[in-house]
Amino acid sequence: MNYRMVFNIIGRIVMAEAALLLLPTAVALYYGEKTSLSAFLIGAGIALFVGLLFVLISHTKNRSIYAGEGFISVAFAWILLSVIGAVPFYISGEIPNFIDAVFETVSGFTTTGASILTDVEAMSKSMLFWRSFTHWVGGMGVLVFVMAIVPSNSKGTMNIMRAEMPGPIIGKLVPKIKNTAKILYLIYIALTVLEIIFLLAGKMSLFESVVHSFGTAGTGGFGVKSNSIAGYTPYLQWVITIFMLIFGINFNLFYLILLRRFRTALCSGEFLCYIGIVAASIGIITANIYSMYGNFSEAFRASSFQVSSIVTTTGYATTDFNLWPGLSKGILLILMFIGGCAGSTAGGLKVSRVVMLFKLIGREIKKILHPRSVSRIRFEGGSLSETTIDSVTVYFAIYIVCFVFIFLLLSIESFGLETNLSATAACFNNVGPGFAGVGPAMNYSAYSDFSTVVLSFAMLLGRLEIFPLIIALSPSTWSRKYR
Amino acid sequence: MKIIVVGCGKIGATIIESLVAEGHDVTVIDKEPSIVSESVELYDCMGICGSGADCKTLTDSGIDGCDLFVSVTGSDEFNMLSCFMAKRLGAAHTIARIRNPEYNDHDLVFLRRELGLSMAINPELLAAREVFNTLQLPSAVKIEPFSRRSFEMIELRIREGSPIDGMSLIEMRKQYKQKFLICAVRRDGEVVIPHGNFVLKSGDHIGITASPAEIQKLFKALGLSKKKAKTIMILGASRTSYYLSKMLLEGGSTVKVIDQSAERCAEFCESLPGAIIIKGDAAQQDVLAEEGISAADAFAALTGIDEENILLSLFAESQNVPKVVAKINRNEFGSLAEKIGIESIVSPRRTIANVLVGYARGLQNSMGSKMETLYKIMDGDAEALEFNIQQENAITGIPLKEIKLKKNILIAGIIRGRRPFIPTGDDSISVGDMVIVLAAGHRINDITDIIK
Repeated sequence: MNYRMVFNIIGRIVMAEAALLLLPTAVALYYGEKTSLSAFLIGAGIALFVGLLFVLISHTKNRSIYAGEGFISVAFAWILLSVIGAVPFYISGEIPNFIDAVFETVSGFTTTGASILTDVEAMSKSMLFWRSFTHWVGGMGVLVFVMAIVPSNSKGTMNIMRAEMPGPIIGKLVPKIKNTAKILYLIYIALTVLEIIFLLAGKMSLFESVVHSFGTAGTGGFGVKSNSIAGYTPYLQWVITIFMLIFGINFNLFYLILLRRFRTALCSGEFLCYIGIVAASIGIITANIYSMYGNFSEAFRASSFQVSSIVTTTGYATTDFNLWPGLSKGILLILMFIGGCAGSTAGGLKVSRVVMLFKLIGREIKKILHPRSVSRIRFEGGSLSETTIDSVTVYFAIYIVCFVFIFLLLSIESFGLETNLSATAACFNNVGPGFAGVGPAMNYSAYSDFSTVVLSFAMLLGRLEIFPLIIALSPSTWSRKYR
Repeated sequence: MKIIVVGCGKIGATIIESLVAEGHDVTVIDKEPSIVSESVELYDCMGICGSGADCKTLTDSGIDGCDLFVSVTGSDEFNMLSCFMAKRLGAAHTIARIRNPEYNDHDLVFLRRELGLSMAINPELLAAREVFNTLQLPSAVKIEPFSRRSFEMIELRIREGSPIDGMSLIEMRKQYKQKFLICAVRRDGEVVIPHGNFVLKSGDHIGITASPAEIQKLFKALGLSKKKAKTIMILGASRTSYYLSKMLLEGGSTVKVIDQSAERCAEFCESLPGAIIIKGDAAQQDVLAEEGISAADAFAALTGIDEENILLSLFAESQNVPKVVAKINRNEFGSLAEKIGIESIVSPRRTIANVLVGYARGLQNSMGSKMETLYKIMDGDAEALEFNIQQENAITGIPLKEIKLKKNILIAGIIRGRRPFIPTGDDSISVGDMVIVLAAGHRINDITDIIK
C-alpha cells in the first residue's frame, strides 16, 4: 500500500476544501455577518494547515496508485472533508453540538439533505449558503473536481474516479480522464446556471435561487425555509421539479446530446426506464391523493414534485407527504431505494442496477425452465459481461446487509418502526426526509449522538456506494502482514 | 493529437503507453473485453470493445477527425483491412503492422500505395536492423544511423582500464584528433549532457556522434576492436532471425541458426539457402559447444522467450564470445539484464513504440522543419532527433553561440549536402540542412522548441 500517495491525495483535496470555504466567506462578507466570517476563515485556515501538513509529510517519488489506494483515499478524504467542513458551524455557535455539525456537513456533502436543525430560518445567510454549497460540491464528487483542476501525472487516477462515481459501469467520455472530469463539471455548471436563471425569472431572490439550485443540482435538498419549497409559486415548484429530474439523468447522455447524437441518447434503456418509473409513480399517486386536494392540477403538481424529489433522492417537499395515504407513501419508499440513473448526482441503488437485477431474475427463471438454454443479458445495446453481473448482485447483497445493520443500530432508539426504517432508508439512499418522526415537517434532532454518528456513516456509505468505506475500515487493508 | 490504436497485445500496449505518456488522446479498440478494460485501467486512454475492421466501431471511436490510426493486431491482413477502412472513414494518417516476410519482401510498396498507408511497421524487421547495426561495430553497445548513414550515434560503455577512464572531455579532445562529440553521459541512472571539464569514469555509458569514418579512427585510437562480426550464431528461428540472417548473408557473413523445431528449420533452409541451420536444443550447452560457440564473433539470442535469451546470452558471455545481443521484450527484464552484464539489448516493442512516437511528433510540427528520425538513447532517458530544415525559422542563419538553448539540449551535428560536421559556435543552420539535436528531459516536436 502506497500510504504516502494516499496522504498526498487527501492533503490536496483538503487544500481544495480550503479554497471552497472562501466562497461562503465572501457571502459572509457581503451580508456583514461577522461571527460567520471569522468561523469560515478559521475553517479555511484549518483546512489549509491540515492539507499542507499532509502534502508535506507525504513527499514521494513513487506516484503510482492502484485500486486499493484509490478506494482508501476516497473514503478518508470524504470523512476528513466532512469533519473540517463542520468546523464553521461549530465555531460560529449556530450548531453548538460538534457531532450534529458533522452530521449536517456529511448530509451536505453526501447530498442527503437530512438536517438536525429545528429552525432553518434562524441560520445566518452564509451558513445556509455553505450548507447548500456542500451539496453542489459533493454531487459531482470532490476528487473528480480536484482531478479536473490539478495536473496529475500519476498512474491509475482512474481508480479514484471509479471509487467516487456512482453506478455499476464507469465509462470515460473522452480518452483523457482529466478532460472527462472537466466535461462533466462543465455540464454540471451549465445546468446549475440555467436553473438559477429560470428561478430568477420566477422572481425568487438571487440568494435563494442560488441555494436552491445548488440543492437541486447535487440532488441534496437543503433549503432556506422550514417548510422547504411549499411557500413558493407553482411556477417555481415546476422549475425545481423539472431540474430535479434532469439532474437524475446520466450525465453521459448530456454529452451525447452536445455531440448531437440524439438517437443514441434518447434510446438509452436506463433513461427510458427512469422516465417510465417516474411517469407511472406520478400517475398512481395523483389518483391516490386526488380526493385530498380535490383539484387535479394541485394533486398533479404535488405528486410530480414529490416523486421527482424522492426518485432523484433530493428531498425537497412542497407538502407534508407524511399525511398521504399508505399507497402513496409505499411508492415513495420504494422510489427511495431505486434512486436516479447511474452517472448522475442522485443516490439510491440506481435505475440501471434495478433493471439489471430484474433481467437477472428473468434469466434465472428461463434457466430453470430450459436448463440447457444459453442466454446473455442485454443492456444498452450490448450484452453484459459476467463480471458486471457479479458486481451488481454482490452490490445488492452488501447493500441489503448494510441496510439491515444500520436499521438494527438505529432501532436502539425508542422511536417507532416507521420512523427508524424510513430514517435508515432516507439516509442510506441520500434522500433526506423520511416518514413519521423524520417526515418532511420534522427533522433528525431527536436522535441521540450515537444514532447521529450511525446515520452520518450510513450517508457516507450510500454516497460512496459502500465499498470504499468497507475497504478502508477492513483490518486486512491495514495489517502490516504481507497481504 | 487524436490517435486510435487497434489491438492491444504486447506491441499495442507498449505503443499505447508511450503515446499516452506523450500526452496524446488515445482510444484503444480490441475485441477482447478483458484486454480493453486492462489497458484502460493501466493507461489514461479510452477503450472500445469491438472489431477494428467494423464501420460502426470505427465511427463510434471517432475515426472522423482522428489524426493517426494505428493497427497492430496479430494479423497482417486484418491490419491492412482496418487501416484501409479507417482511411476511407476519415483518418488522416494510417499505420499498419505488416510483418509477414511474404508481404515485406515483394509487395510492400504496392500495398502501401494502394491502401493509402502512411507507414507500414514491422517490429521484427526493425529489431533485426538494430541487431545488424550493432554487429557492424561490436565494441559499441548500440549504433543508430542518421540520414544516409553520414552520421552515427554510438553508445559505448567505458570499461575499467580504458584509456579514457578518468579523462576530462577537453583532455580527450586534445589527445584524440578525430572529429567526434560526446553528447550524453549516463552515470548512476542519470543522463547529463556533459561540459568540457566533465571527467569520464569507468562504468559510464556514453553517447558519441560522429561520421562512420571518424568513428572507425576513434575506435582504433582507443584500442577497441573495430572489426565487424563475420561469424554469427543466431538462436531461434524467429521472424527477427530471418530478417537478420538475410541482411548478414547479403553482407557476406557466415550465419548459423539454431532452433528446436524441425518444421521451422526446414522453412529457414528453404528461404535462406546460404545459412547453416542446426536443429537442436540450444539450452543444452553441448549443442552450442559442438557448433563452436567459442569461435563465433557474435551471438544473438532471438527466441520469443526473454528468459531463454537472457540465460543463453550469459552462457555465451562466459564462453568469451566478443559480442552478445539479446532480444528482450519486457522492460523490467531489460534493466535487469543490463545489471547482470548483458550490454546489448534489442526490444522490438520499444523500437516500434519509438518509431510511432517519432512519427506522431513529426505530424505535430508545423514550422517547416520535418523530423526525420527519433532515437530514444540511454535506456529512453534521452532522445536524439534529426530535423530536416525546410524553410527559414527562428534559428536559421544565426551563429550557434548566439542561440540561447534550453538546458540539457545540444546540437550534436549538421549534415549539409553530403558533408557531415560537428558544429562550432561560429557555424549556423541554413535551409536544407539536417540537424541532429540531443535532448534530455524535454519533449521536442520542432526544431524551434530547442530555444528558450
